[in-house]
Amino acid sequence: MIKEEKHIEKEPKAKDKKAIIEIKDLHKTFGKNNKVLQGVNLTVNKGEDLVILGRSGSGKSVTIKCIVGLIEPDKGEIKVFDENVLHLKKSELNEIRVRIGFLFQSGALYDSMSVRENLAFTLRKHKRDLSAEEIESQVIEALDSVGLSEAIDKMPSELSGGMQKRIGLARTLILKPEIILYDEPTTGLDTITSREISELILDIKHKRKTTSIIITHDMACAKLTADRIMVLKDGVIHAEGTYEELEKSEDEWVRSFFQ
Amino acid sequence: MILTLKNTFEEVGNATLFAKQFFKEVFIPPYETRQFLKQCYIIGYKSLPLVAITGFIMGLVLTMQSRPTLVKFGAESWLPGMVALSLIREIAPVITALICAGKISSGIGAELGSMKVTEQIDAMEVSAINPYNYLVVTRILACTLMVPILVFFADAIGIMGGYVGVNIHGDVNFRRYLTQIIQSLEFLDLIPATIKTFFFGFFIGMIGCYKGFNAANGTESVGRAANSAVVTASLTIFIIDMIAVQITDLFF
Repeated sequence: MIKEEKHIEKEPKAKDKKAIIEIKDLHKTFGKNNKVLQGVNLTVNKGEDLVILGRSGSGKSVTIKCIVGLIEPDKGEIKVFDENVLHLKKSELNEIRVRIGFLFQSGALYDSMSVRENLAFTLRKHKRDLSAEEIESQVIEALDSVGLSEAIDKMPSELSGGMQKRIGLARTLILKPEIILYDEPTTGLDTITSREISELILDIKHKRKTTSIIITHDMACAKLTADRIMVLKDGVIHAEGTYEELEKSEDEWVRSFFQ
Repeated sequence: MILTLKNTFEEVGNATLFAKQFFKEVFIPPYETRQFLKQCYIIGYKSLPLVAITGFIMGLVLTMQSRPTLVKFGAESWLPGMVALSLIREIAPVITALICAGKISSGIGAELGSMKVTEQIDAMEVSAINPYNYLVVTRILACTLMVPILVFFADAIGIMGGYVGVNIHGDVNFRRYLTQIIQSLEFLDLIPATIKTFFFGFFIGMIGCYKGFNAANGTESVGRAANSAVVTASLTIFIIDMIAVQITDLFF
């Protein structure tokens, strides 16, 4: 088993940077015995893309949902922008949430609204002083950044899976978040579309200087986007390192992800 | 048996907390006026044809069924007043509320249930938009205001149906028919009947939202939320009606 501490030492650059997300001893149990998280510790530095790998049901999505307060953990500490999100009031948590983007596995577009309304809705709720023209121009800008400005008048049901994820990403980007959490961004997509999404994640990181946590099973996506990878097993971080380091890991179970 | 009882009480407790949140959030800005008006249009305007058809049939059938008995007692002239009183005090509010439970409560349950399953409610939450305020408060408020209006509408159409029913076997002109109705009605007949429709509307909206908002994961739960919303809302309507009749009997 690769100890977490070993790999942190291999990342001197990461240590120099400011930690933007810090999770300590996170526990979550569903029902009576379904212990999903059993002491997760992780740190994400500013400007870093952290990929979390693990088998289905290992608690990857639960971890990032705890960060935005969608799931309340049983025990532990989650600091985002130096604030412990578990002790915040709803209004204070919402101030943090505006600075975090979350891309859901399904895209989670509001299916009763067109693409334009999906993007404008979020913007209108947070920037009430914006005029209709300003909202429209920001919607177009966000759609341009994912290369889908032509889909502005379409309904979510008219879009392909890949397009829905891109529009979901555009909706996330419209509030100009500093952190983006991606929940399996390439799942269910063909190889070419998956690569396009992965490249988009990389492009967003470079252009907008965002910090990201990417939950994925797609090793091509992990290779392209990850600055650092963590592997979750039995509710704890089992291994940590760069793609190249983990690919050559002595732990057969870790290596099996890369084959 | 004990487990079923426990689950029922747990459900009632959770629904009460859900309703309590409505009273907490309804007065807190931001007010979702556009969404509220949209829901009024969907719940109120779009239900008009259904309520009109059932209202007309209720009036017509009630008149035709009551007529032979009244004729036997030589009290045929009481027919318009009796039909109007039955419609306004009991039949139109309950039947309209049951129709709304079937159409609106199930619709809300399925819509919010599918939004929950496809993570749309979570997406609102993480965007720092209050989904309860946007989705639930607007729908409950629209139901509470629209159901009484729909009941008034059903009353009026039902009375028209009664007029057709009276004229199948007789010949009464419309002015005389209306005069007979107005003479037999008191203002106090309207008040309890109207007050209870607000409660019907509130519970139809609240139960639909509660069931949808708390749908479990998976598409199967969407159907279950819709179905459960109709059953619970219909049962609640009868319970409210029973309580309303007792209270009315006490005070009026």
